[in-house]
Amino acid sequence: MDLFRQPLKPINLGLESFRESIAAQGVEVVAVDWRPPLEGYVELTHTRAGVDIDAANAEAVRRICAGQPLLVDMGIAREVIPGFAPAGKARMLITHSGPPITWERMCGPTRGAIIGALIYEGLAETPEAAAALAASGEIEFAPCHHYNAVGPMAGIISPSMPVFIVRNETTGHQAYATQNEGLGRVLRYGAYGPEVIRRLKWMETVLYPSLKAALAVSGPIDLRSMIAQALHMGDECHNRNKAGTSLFIRAIAPALAEAVRDPTVVAAVLRFLDSNDHFFLNLSMPAMKAMLLPAENIPGCTIVTTMARNGTDWGIRVSATGDRWFTAPAPMVQGLWLPGYTAADANPDIGDSAITETGGIGGFALAAAPAIVKFVGGTPADALNATLEMYEITAGEHTAFTIPGLNFRGTPVGVDVRKVMRTGITPRLNTGIAHREPGVGMVGAGLVQAPQGCFAAAFAALRSL
Amino acid sequence: MSIHTHLKPSAYHDSVTLMLVAKALLELPGVEDAAVVMGTPANREILAAAGLLTDGAAAARPDDLVIVVRATDGAAGQAALAQADALLAARAVPVAAAVQRPKSLAAAIAAMPDANLVVISVAGRYAAQEARTALERGLHVLLFSDNVPLAEEIELKQLAVARGLLCMGPDAGTAIINGVALGFANAVPRGRVGLVSASGTGLQGVTCGLARRGVGVSQAIGVGGRDLSEAVGGPMMLAGLRALQEDPETDVIVLISKPPAPTVAARVLAQVKVSAKPTVVCFLGADPLPIEAACGFHVTDLTQAAVAAAALARGEKPEDALARLEQESRALIPLAAAEQKKLQPGQRALRGLFAGGTFCYEAQLILKNLPEPVYSNAALDKSRALGRGETDAIRPYHICLDLGADEFTQGRLHPMIDPTLRNRQIIQAARDPATAVILLDIVLGYGAHPDPAAAAAEAIHEAQRVAAAAGRHITFIASVCGTEADPQSLSRQAATLREAGALVLPDNAAAARLAGLITQALHE
Repeated sequence: MDLFRQPLKPINLGLESFRESIAAQGVEVVAVDWRPPLEGYVELTHTRAGVDIDAANAEAVRRICAGQPLLVDMGIAREVIPGFAPAGKARMLITHSGPPITWERMCGPTRGAIIGALIYEGLAETPEAAAALAASGEIEFAPCHHYNAVGPMAGIISPSMPVFIVRNETTGHQAYATQNEGLGRVLRYGAYGPEVIRRLKWMETVLYPSLKAALAVSGPIDLRSMIAQALHMGDECHNRNKAGTSLFIRAIAPALAEAVRDPTVVAAVLRFLDSNDHFFLNLSMPAMKAMLLPAENIPGCTIVTTMARNGTDWGIRVSATGDRWFTAPAPMVQGLWLPGYTAADANPDIGDSAITETGGIGGFALAAAPAIVKFVGGTPADALNATLEMYEITAGEHTAFTIPGLNFRGTPVGVDVRKVMRTGITPRLNTGIAHREPGVGMVGAGLVQAPQGCFAAAFAALRSL
Repeated sequence: MSIHTHLKPSAYHDSVTLMLVAKALLELPGVEDAAVVMGTPANREILAAAGLLTDGAAAARPDDLVIVVRATDGAAGQAALAQADALLAARAVPVAAAVQRPKSLAAAIAAMPDANLVVISVAGRYAAQEARTALERGLHVLLFSDNVPLAEEIELKQLAVARGLLCMGPDAGTAIINGVALGFANAVPRGRVGLVSASGTGLQGVTCGLARRGVGVSQAIGVGGRDLSEAVGGPMMLAGLRALQEDPETDVIVLISKPPAPTVAARVLAQVKVSAKPTVVCFLGADPLPIEAACGFHVTDLTQAAVAAAALARGEKPEDALARLEQESRALIPLAAAEQKKLQPGQRALRGLFAGGTFCYEAQLILKNLPEPVYSNAALDKSRALGRGETDAIRPYHICLDLGADEFTQGRLHPMIDPTLRNRQIIQAARDPATAVILLDIVLGYGAHPDPAAAAAEAIHEAQRVAAAAGRHITFIASVCGTEADPQSLSRQAATLREAGALVLPDNAAAARLAGLITQALHE
């Protein structure tokens, strides 16, 4: 037997005392920090139809990594997002983050943001009137994801809002996101006061045309390359976007100066970008969405293509099960709090920004962002471990996004529902925290782990394919 | 109420650090609210919203660090500001480069790509899946877990055979592979005797017996208690046997099991027969004829197995060695006679309280010919079976309890690790006026209790105190299964037991014989 002629290289899975005993004999041993699989787990290598799941998942990872998201243009939501405003049909669509939800079940920040959007659209003058309109059934609500769009926090997109258009050059898929407003009292955190509406109007009438004109001068901006660089500059492109925003300013500033005649406008736009560390989030998100779209609807593929929360429900969609959502109640976020707020003020987890983790950055690349490691316990080692843990549940390593601190290892990419079930480890996300009441805004930021329930539900569905 | 502001020009800290400092300030006595932020316009708005935008804070520049504290009084506020300074100045704690452990077998294999064996001891309902993964990845398995369904065991072992791998277990407690003790195993020297065993404690007993005789082990392969059943068919004993037959480091082979299913025994013995290597067969309680017909060397207990194998390894005749063993055991007779004198009339029952299942079985075989029957929860045959909680009803008779059996270990650690249950049984037996002899096995080695003799000694003292109060003395007989090199040290353990007044015998067979001699005489 070959074993007798090799040095024994044991792995211990279970009792710690067995590991200690082996180590006490001077033998190197790798110990598994084991936990039981989730209820309902069975081994799943092929679908009932006979598809080799590992092969399908490898194809998904290949497609995700091959994506080349470019910021190609900007436009008004109703004009550029397919299906947002079908011709000849009287329709008022507002999209929100996360899985589908009715007005009755919406959380405070989502309601607040919808109230703000209705005021912004000129459909209501007061918050009360806006709330009544929203509840009337005249407004259609749908997830941003149903329109290949993504929105951080409440994620509200209303027809007049300008959006970025990000195209995956490899496949032609397009994704959309609004412009980021900044932190604090902002629409996406559920605030709808006059200053919020004023800012949105400025973004529509000054910021948007300026950036659109600048883009026409600069040509498409390679977001994949920008994200890859930002990861090497201390961002994880979800809760830290300082480097990404800076890189974007570098790329856009000369074109802006060239495209916009009025220097006061150029200055105002640059000041706005500079004042908002998270401006780049609304570019990294549609970039991820555009990279993930080609991985949807692969037969037998158990890779998660969407993770999104609406502040009430936490939902995922899986490649092989297409458009079907699997949901569980949204958990609370373990956070750090802005002055004047505490955990009691927080809304459950919310936002489409989990698209970053879905695509292999954000919380999955925490090891790249030592500046924000205090969210995960305080040390760079904790951040490394947070990322290392995600390799346990992913199907591959990103070929475009790497982490210097892990010797330029590719980020963990492609959450495999089977691995989540088997290990009991769920995706770990970085996120902002909104106030639970409409109209207030951001109260903190922190870390959250996806609830197990949506993965268990998805797994049950995958088993029957 | 008082509001305090402190501005630190050009002192940049990242926002998370600042939030942590703010959190710490809020926990200070007398602090009602606190903000620690950079003085950006956005942050000034947040301060205003929280009612903390003092004139000082309003004047802050984006590069300035702003600390605002609202406190019940001036002293608390000042203390909080000082605390903020201290926290911000606190140097980072050095980080231990503790990279976390892999959380799945797949990740562990990635961390050790040349891994060749996985020791699995997770709950039975999950163990088979992990074992299957390991085998599919080409790794040998020691499957310690029990409660693995029979069908899964069959499937796993078929997979192992197909891949040329060992699937030791389920329910395999012991193995020594390439000199490394795995599970419950002892520190024995390396040598030229290879073993395959369906019994973990049997493997420990024989390897320690070899070590006591200066003979080492090449490989000790546990296969789990069900391997030689009709249903499983002995695939791992066969695989292990073949591997040892082919192993140039192995000269002598020892097989250990309770009597296998007849068809399985035939298959194993057919493989024994084709071997050029001498093979000692210890099928406890089995018919010697088929073994001898297969040119196997038949022995009746674990001690004989060790003695015979040691002799063969030295090139000596095993028959001579066994005759010497027989001779030595005559020394037990006067010892028994001396012990009897210490007992009172009415003390006639034997209580064997075992941590090792095979020691319990071996003792029953040795005590089979006592005039009164020996009952057990793990009985040789059904007529002697002791149901759960029946101990009291059988009280006047002899009892051997396997305290490692499922009914005792559910929700509790194995008695080799946790002596509590046995100690309780020892005291209970001492209260019984019929108890004459208490027979114990003390198992040392990796995985076992760090000082089992001391734990037993405590109970022995208490038991003798209980008995003495009723004018009785109880004979304690113990054997220690271990080696000098074990973490607990054989000689130290034996000494502890002797100090507690126990008679310490070199092995379980001798201990059972002595117990038999004493109780037998009490009935004559």
